Amino acid sequence: MPAQNKTNADKKSACSKAVDYSQAEINKQLTPEDKVELYRQMVRIRKFEQISLKYYNQGVMGGFLHLYIGQEAVAVGTCSLKGDHDHYITTYRDHGHALALGMNMNECMAELFGKATGCSKGKGGSMHFFAPDKNYWGGHGIVGGQTPLGAGLAYGVKYLGHKGSCLCYMGDGAINQGAYHEALNLAGLWDLPVIFIIENNGYSMGTSQKRSSAHPEEGLAARAEGYGIEWDVINGENIYEVRAKTWEAMERAHNESRPTVLEIDTYRYYGHSVADANAKKYRSKEEIERYQREHDPLKIWQNILIEEGHLTEDEAKQIDKEAKEEALASAKFAEESPYPEVADIMDDIYYEVDRGTDKAKHGKYFFND
Amino acid sequence: MPLITYRQALNEALAEEIERDENVVLIGEEVAEYNGAYKVTEGLWAKYGDKRVVDAPISEAGFIGMGVGASMLGVRPVMELMFWSFAYVAMDQMINNAATVRYMSGGLINCPIVVRGPANGGTNVGATHSHTPENLFASMPGLKVVVPATAYDAKGLMKAAIRDDDPVYVMENTLLYGEKWEVPTNDELEEGELVIPLGVADLKREGTDLSIIAHGRCVIESLKAAEVLKHDHGLDVEVLDLRSIRPLDEDAILATVRKTNNVLLVDENRPFCGVSSMIATIIQEKAFDDLDGPIMRVNTIDAPAIYSPGVEPHQLPNVDRIVAKVLDMQISK
Repeated sequence: MPAQNKTNADKKSACSKAVDYSQAEINKQLTPEDKVELYRQMVRIRKFEQISLKYYNQGVMGGFLHLYIGQEAVAVGTCSLKGDHDHYITTYRDHGHALALGMNMNECMAELFGKATGCSKGKGGSMHFFAPDKNYWGGHGIVGGQTPLGAGLAYGVKYLGHKGSCLCYMGDGAINQGAYHEALNLAGLWDLPVIFIIENNGYSMGTSQKRSSAHPEEGLAARAEGYGIEWDVINGENIYEVRAKTWEAMERAHNESRPTVLEIDTYRYYGHSVADANAKKYRSKEEIERYQREHDPLKIWQNILIEEGHLTEDEAKQIDKEAKEEALASAKFAEESPYPEVADIMDDIYYEVDRGTDKAKHGKYFFND
Repeated sequence: MPLITYRQALNEALAEEIERDENVVLIGEEVAEYNGAYKVTEGLWAKYGDKRVVDAPISEAGFIGMGVGASMLGVRPVMELMFWSFAYVAMDQMINNAATVRYMSGGLINCPIVVRGPANGGTNVGATHSHTPENLFASMPGLKVVVPATAYDAKGLMKAAIRDDDPVYVMENTLLYGEKWEVPTNDELEEGELVIPLGVADLKREGTDLSIIAHGRCVIESLKAAEVLKHDHGLDVEVLDLRSIRPLDEDAILATVRKTNNVLLVDENRPFCGVSSMIATIIQEKAFDDLDGPIMRVNTIDAPAIYSPGVEPHQLPNVDRIVAKVLDMQISK
């Protein structure tokens, strides 16, 4: 099977290989410590995912588990640009963004285990992580359904008079949903400071991009032209490029209040979810191995840091070890945490019911309560 | 106390809330320059400008979803649906997102959005434009559903809906927009403002022989039927207006049942899995011993809305059908 991302690489960013994005202004601001920190964040996400898969396979978690492994440079690169009024919202593949935005592993892992100590008190699960205090608005389960919400967060930023943006992530499958096109039209029409980020891993669940999206040759982001929206294609294995081009879009949002569509080409090593864990029914073993060998964002960034003299192999191993320990400790925390009480089912549905206000006494909200 | 239309009452409520809270914004198809498809927002754009009153393209999923996103950040959007029938286009946003974001985030995120517009049949516009979906939305925890029957209620409930911190879906009625009721001005009120808490039913007519429990336009039809029944048959009928379906004023329902011991439910929903099915279940579970006879219902006849102007009025609950049903019940005084 032909590799989807090989054609992707020929798209708008074909010239990107010739550009040295390490010299982009936003990247020149990075200290050596910052750069190592980006590496540490990527490793943390990978270890979190690997440990969560291990526990999932033991049957201690419910539902789905959509792993982010292979795509780490996208979340870490884009989330590292966050300012006070930049907001983030994504799809069901939401663990990477959560960790990159500063959620701790304990609350994330406990949510996977469905425990009361989870970030959503065990009510959301893998697909529904939220941390509004970190400008992270989830974690949404319906393909493309979060894209109007992303436009709405940007609308809110603008309405409240903040200089900010909303980064709204989706997979390549979402671009065929009507909601996405409506969100794009509103963003273009109303000058919303939103950045739609298509994390293009080549497959909408088990269906390759070529079999699901019309006219993929020029790039999925190119559809933005129909809405008068700027777009670009990014090589998602290079964090310098991710940061440089995303920052361009964020500046457009901050300064001109204009939207952008970015297609960040990447690859997931595992299936859409653990339901198709091997993901070999719709793509070859060779394809997966080639990506792991040649395009792994962690290895690529590690090599750059070693070349630049900011990291040694021993230090990289140490970071790896610490992240694994952190992830294992989070699993232990999750295992030892209690499940919510059955009575907790009825909390967090209505604002004033939770607060026991006078208002809540006016009528019954629930059958048989 | 001035007589004003249901439409004017809603308009006053929207204007007062725009004035009161700078985060309130009206968004919807034709709400601004066109002055509202049903003129509920007439004059508001001219008075409050582009920021507060915004024309949306015809893309319900897009703009309602956008309102949900903005509300999560503290904006208080009031979204107009030209018809509640169009809510089905935005169902993912209205149910998967608005109703559940608070729950799935463990209470971290609130969604103070209002969605409003006309929800009813009776205007001879065929099946796709005549839906009354209050049962559909009321069945979803996390949502509130409000159905005002008079101008007074429309104003007070709309103001409460906008101040509410949860998603509130207000279902108005096209056939009532031009009807007039007495609504006090703010100067005439001790509190200074007409705000009706959600979840408080209103006893629109007191009686001793039979309780009619209704909401929306069915309250008006039931009141007319009660007059006929009094005048022609000597029956003293009580009419309880639910005003909101969720939260539901269960106490008021049970009180009227215990008082008259006979119940007729009148509801423009269809009978199958409708609001009246729910109310009947509650009465059966909690006040069975207080009933003198079976709970009866008048609903929209269980078919898609027929277009024919000669027939559609008979498909909906109306005075004649209500009177006939009550007489069938053979209530002994």
